Amino acid sequence: MSMIQYQPYQTEDGRTIGNTLMEMKNITLRFGGVVAIKDISLDIREGEIRAIIGPNGAGKSSMLNVISGFYHPQDGEVWYKGEPRPQMRPYQVARLGIARTFQNIALFEGMSVLDNIMTGRLNHMSASILDQMIWWGKAEREEVANRERAEEIIDFLEIQAIRKTPVGRLPYGLKKRVELARALVAEPSLLLLDEPMAGMNVEEKEDMSRFILDVNDEFGTTIALIEHDMGVVMDLSDRVVVMDYGKKIGDGTPDEVRNNQEVIDAYLGVAHD
Amino acid sequence: MFYREAGDFKTSYAEDNQTFPIKFDRYRYYVVLAVAVLIVPFVINDYWANSLLIPFLIYAIAAIGLNILVGYCGQVSLGTGGFMAVGAYSTYKLMTAFPWMDMVSVTLLSGLITALVGVLFGLPSLRIKGFYLAVATLAAQFFLVWLFNRVPWFYNYSASGQINAPERTMFGMAVTGPNAEVWVKYLFCLFFVVLLAWLARNLTRGSIGRQWMAIRDMDIAAEIIGVNPLRAKLTAFAISSFFVGVAGALLFSVYLGAVEVGEAYGINKSFLVLFMIIIGGLGSIFGAFAGAAFMMLLPVFLKIVGVDMMGWPADIVAHFQLVIVGALIIFFLVVEPHGLAQLWRLAKEKLRLWPFPY
Repeated sequence: MSMIQYQPYQTEDGRTIGNTLMEMKNITLRFGGVVAIKDISLDIREGEIRAIIGPNGAGKSSMLNVISGFYHPQDGEVWYKGEPRPQMRPYQVARLGIARTFQNIALFEGMSVLDNIMTGRLNHMSASILDQMIWWGKAEREEVANRERAEEIIDFLEIQAIRKTPVGRLPYGLKKRVELARALVAEPSLLLLDEPMAGMNVEEKEDMSRFILDVNDEFGTTIALIEHDMGVVMDLSDRVVVMDYGKKIGDGTPDEVRNNQEVIDAYLGVAHD
Repeated sequence: MFYREAGDFKTSYAEDNQTFPIKFDRYRYYVVLAVAVLIVPFVINDYWANSLLIPFLIYAIAAIGLNILVGYCGQVSLGTGGFMAVGAYSTYKLMTAFPWMDMVSVTLLSGLITALVGVLFGLPSLRIKGFYLAVATLAAQFFLVWLFNRVPWFYNYSASGQINAPERTMFGMAVTGPNAEVWVKYLFCLFFVVLLAWLARNLTRGSIGRQWMAIRDMDIAAEIIGVNPLRAKLTAFAISSFFVGVAGALLFSVYLGAVEVGEAYGINKSFLVLFMIIIGGLGSIFGAFAGAAFMMLLPVFLKIVGVDMMGWPADIVAHFQLVIVGALIIFFLVVEPHGLAQLWRLAKEKLRLWPFPY
């Protein structure tokens, strides 16, 4: 077995969508008697923005949690960069270059914005504890080099003014942005966003959409996102997966999904006669 | 007003990362250090050294250690007394088994042995959190004290069950034993305080410090960005126990000289150090110093005010002290969980603008 093969192509706006980066094969996830995900397969291509949508309780977040190693599916395989991925703890998944944000912000409230973002760099830091105790030399060099990368992301997301502010004091919209910064600074090859625009007003949604597009465009980061705002999803994403009751009911470009009868039924309901 | 940061510009990230980024703070630190090293040893007397300065220095080390574990990594521990006992008995065994070894090596080795024991008792933290972990470390406290009481090998089969620090010299001057002068003891402790506070500061501002704080604030998010919880928690236990072990070693060898384990390293010690960091400020090295200073100054202050000035009986003043500490703990937990260190920070923020309201 191997991953699905695709031919790379150029999008209208000049981005290159490559071969498969990650593929989930026949994933089934059960919690006791509840089947959260039922035999779902989906693939994510390099450089694309892939959306997962569906009504509440459809299993979207569970799907992300399988990718990031919180849940271990009873059946099925996760393939990443051409190889099947063994069962892993979340911190090992992070080392593979998979970063994510959470539906309910999961920042470190007691730390400053800068410290939060610097924590995201830890997989790029190798000074031993002894080096860090002495500080002079390797630890300091590494700290400064990584600080430079962190500052680039801070500039990119336009949060210079709050870099030393404790995260607990920030408003909701900025927290979401700091969380994105913390995920981005790890330089992930796959970025998972769990409802990046939940609870935002129109202006904040526009800002966040712009950042997501810019991240994908400038860094070439592959993005998989869950979102409820259909306008945003249809605008941003290259391909969309639709889930309902743990099953996949649609997969394709936004236009294909929009016209899929099963999807329309799931969202609008069907008359039972 | 007195706190000037205007005109103090940083042009590199290294400068921005300094422990004291503001010039005024930096010079104040150098002045305090110079006074502590160059002036205090010449003016020190037995009373102030033994009732205040030496215990302050020793407890500051223990408080920094516990603050790394509780304040930075968020793992509650009530086993401090037990770990201090490990440091003390390691020192005793090393001093008697290797009489030629110098005291700095003995003390540091005792710290290392305590670190190993700390890691062992830190293992439950991988599975349990909060209140339950506190109870597990309480078991460490009672087990260790029991062990040192019951196994005669630890106290070299002495008839009293006590351990006594033999005399050891450094550069020709006695550091331990009855003939040691207070200024030598003071400088010996000061050396460890400065060294260990510097190490603690380096650790907490770097990558491992951020990993500890990440585990404290939200362990799930920490794991998802790549913090190995096993490594982060166990290093916190190891380093914290190292500090606590050194403090226990100094308390025995330099300060007390003779120790009966249940009395000197009982559960009261665990609470004393925990109170220090709660009052001083969780997650702050300055807070550890402030808390240790406060808890050491309070009895001296009360004795001067209550007994010497007001003429109250000494036992009433001693009980009064317990009441005050209890009330303060409640006050700080409710009003200011970040303790004296946070009050100090707020005062500085206010003073920056003083005399203007904003």
